[in-house]
Amino acid sequence: MSPTILITIISLSLLALISGVILYFVAQKFKVFEDPRIDEVQAVLPAANCGGCGFAGCRNFAEALVKADSFEGLNCPVGGAEVMGQVAKILGKTAPVVDPLVAVLKCNGTPEYRPRTSKYNGASDCRISHNLYIGETDCSYGCLGSDDCVRACAFDAMYMDTATELPVIIDDKCVACGACVKACPRNLIELRKKAKKDRKIFVACSNCDKGGPARKACKVACIGCNKCFKVCEFGAITIENNLAYIDAKKCTFCRKCVTECPTNAIIELNFPPRKPKAEVQTETVNG
Amino acid sequence: MLKTFPLGGVHPPENKLTANIAIGYLPIPENVIIPISQHIGAPATTIVYKGDYVKTGQVIATNKGFVSSNIHSSVSGKVNKIDTIIDTTGYKQAAVFIDVEGDEWIETIDRNSELVKVIKLSPEEITKRCLESGIVGLGGATFPSHVKLTVPAGKKCNLLIINGVECEPYLTSDHRLMIERGEEILIGVTILMKALNVDRAKIGIENNKPDAIDHLTKLATGFKGITVHALKVKYPQGAEKQLIKALINREVPSGHLPLDVGTVVHNVGTAFAVYEAVQKNKPLFERVVTITGKSLTRPGNYFVRMGTPVSKLIEAAGGMPNDTGKIVNGGPMMGKAINNIDVPVVKGTSGIILFPHNESERPKVNPCIRCTKCVSVCALNLEPFLLMSLSEKGLFERAEKERITDCMECGSCSYTCPAGRPLLDYIRLGKSSVIRMARERNMK
Repeated sequence: MSPTILITIISLSLLALISGVILYFVAQKFKVFEDPRIDEVQAVLPAANCGGCGFAGCRNFAEALVKADSFEGLNCPVGGAEVMGQVAKILGKTAPVVDPLVAVLKCNGTPEYRPRTSKYNGASDCRISHNLYIGETDCSYGCLGSDDCVRACAFDAMYMDTATELPVIIDDKCVACGACVKACPRNLIELRKKAKKDRKIFVACSNCDKGGPARKACKVACIGCNKCFKVCEFGAITIENNLAYIDAKKCTFCRKCVTECPTNAIIELNFPPRKPKAEVQTETVNG
Repeated sequence: MLKTFPLGGVHPPENKLTANIAIGYLPIPENVIIPISQHIGAPATTIVYKGDYVKTGQVIATNKGFVSSNIHSSVSGKVNKIDTIIDTTGYKQAAVFIDVEGDEWIETIDRNSELVKVIKLSPEEITKRCLESGIVGLGGATFPSHVKLTVPAGKKCNLLIINGVECEPYLTSDHRLMIERGEEILIGVTILMKALNVDRAKIGIENNKPDAIDHLTKLATGFKGITVHALKVKYPQGAEKQLIKALINREVPSGHLPLDVGTVVHNVGTAFAVYEAVQKNKPLFERVVTITGKSLTRPGNYFVRMGTPVSKLIEAAGGMPNDTGKIVNGGPMMGKAINNIDVPVVKGTSGIILFPHNESERPKVNPCIRCTKCVSVCALNLEPFLLMSLSEKGLFERAEKERITDCMECGSCSYTCPAGRPLLDYIRLGKSSVIRMARERNMK
């Protein structure tokens, strides 16, 4: 073996040894302790990184869960009670019961009900048309029909219905992460308590105008007539700024407000068809 | 070589169809709708009530705060109601509805058409008169003029610039005003000079209006300190900062006002309004509006009372052509489409343009290939393609660093984009979001 190779091997080995020793001490000195439970918790979380919990991602949320004294205000809407239960088990804490939520669109202004008075030809982005003017219809509160919410949804739980020109929420896929709520410049999407069999009763309107102009702009607008407020026996309905709101926590799904509403602004979803007897009653009420 | 600003700019087809048509008077309509916010700043407060009888020129809404303006009745008649309407901004605004009865002017207005040359008011009185008469910048931005005439302590103005550029295609209201009311404008300029305590004024006019340049140059020999300058035709030369750069080669830094380089810029229309307010005591309740469009049978320029529905203007121009696809309030570059022809003419309405179908549709949007045409036409040295994608993705902090708030929304980038991308749409969105963000930050 020539001396050149020998010198090379020896010098490089020495260099490696010295570097190794230095690196060992540096690693000891700058060691960051990380709770091993963070990894465990993260493994249980859905890894959707949707931000529905209010944190930057699942890792960030896992860190917050491990650090937190109680789970108050911490909830993974995607995983729901099941995932939160597992997390609680790992950390030895109890998870508070959080009602699962689902998104609903508080506008029912289809072209049939809400005639188009102008044509928007700009960039297909609700934020832009909202900044620009009241929209293609005379309602300055309703859905603008570009698909900001659909694009924001990371769970494929929304699509645009070409016939109604409104977004549709698929209940089974919606995880209530709230991305669409933030995306809508007109605040038309609300996260409401999920009920049995996905039943829903809500005011599908956000128009705060007085009755006249609201009705003129859209046939199914809430006109703030107070009829639903009077008929509700459970105090679930409040009227503010000419607009009714149904508190999902107090609502018992009796459906009296639905039949009472003169403009059909309150809609019911996923209910079995009404009995013929009830229908006769409805007719007499309306007639 | 003719002067112009050095950076960016475009030259859209001029289409000045109405340049040779004398200004007419539009008949007073049966009812007018006068919005109480026709200017930048705080909306005025209404001081009339339903059923009140108002005279032409009477104050119907008073200014609220310094950056605000008075609103005057443009007709005489009864106040029908005070309600909200969707005005030219596309949003709901409070407005005063007046049913016209005759045309009785308030007594203080001098209706004699004789030229008054002697300026009796002191500088302070001129500024006060501008505030009382509701004078705002008539170039389109409608910034209250009295604010610009009030030079804050520590700053000095040594030159007044008068904007007769009218760089927007189609519009000819300023052009006609310069030809037909040249002397009034020059007296108005002298009044503004007195109010600002300056002894020099430069009027900048683009070279596509040789008749106006000749006329004003001839007249200006009779006025001390006023000179007229021809400028090369280039959009957006009518923007304050670009005009200053073109005329006197001074650059207004980002985030600063023209006053920081010792100048104040006023429009020729404003100079005319100032003349009428100061010498004739006539408040701003009518302005010249160009009604134009390739398919119109009788396009023209008209003195229009504020609050006149746009439909009346279209009627005067020979009715709405069948092929109308879009009606724009203002110039084709910076104007905004209106969604209803019943919207009233306001202080900022310099023109109404009717575009046929084939010219009103937006082009199909294609992906950006980074050709940087938008960068080369930006008069403010911004990167529109970058600002657009930052706004689209909601990265407003970064957009702020890229000086998105400097954008004056001239639309040269959207105009020039070969891929038809809605650059300005997104930049406007980003700009308003950044301004909102900065305001919230300052409040903390």
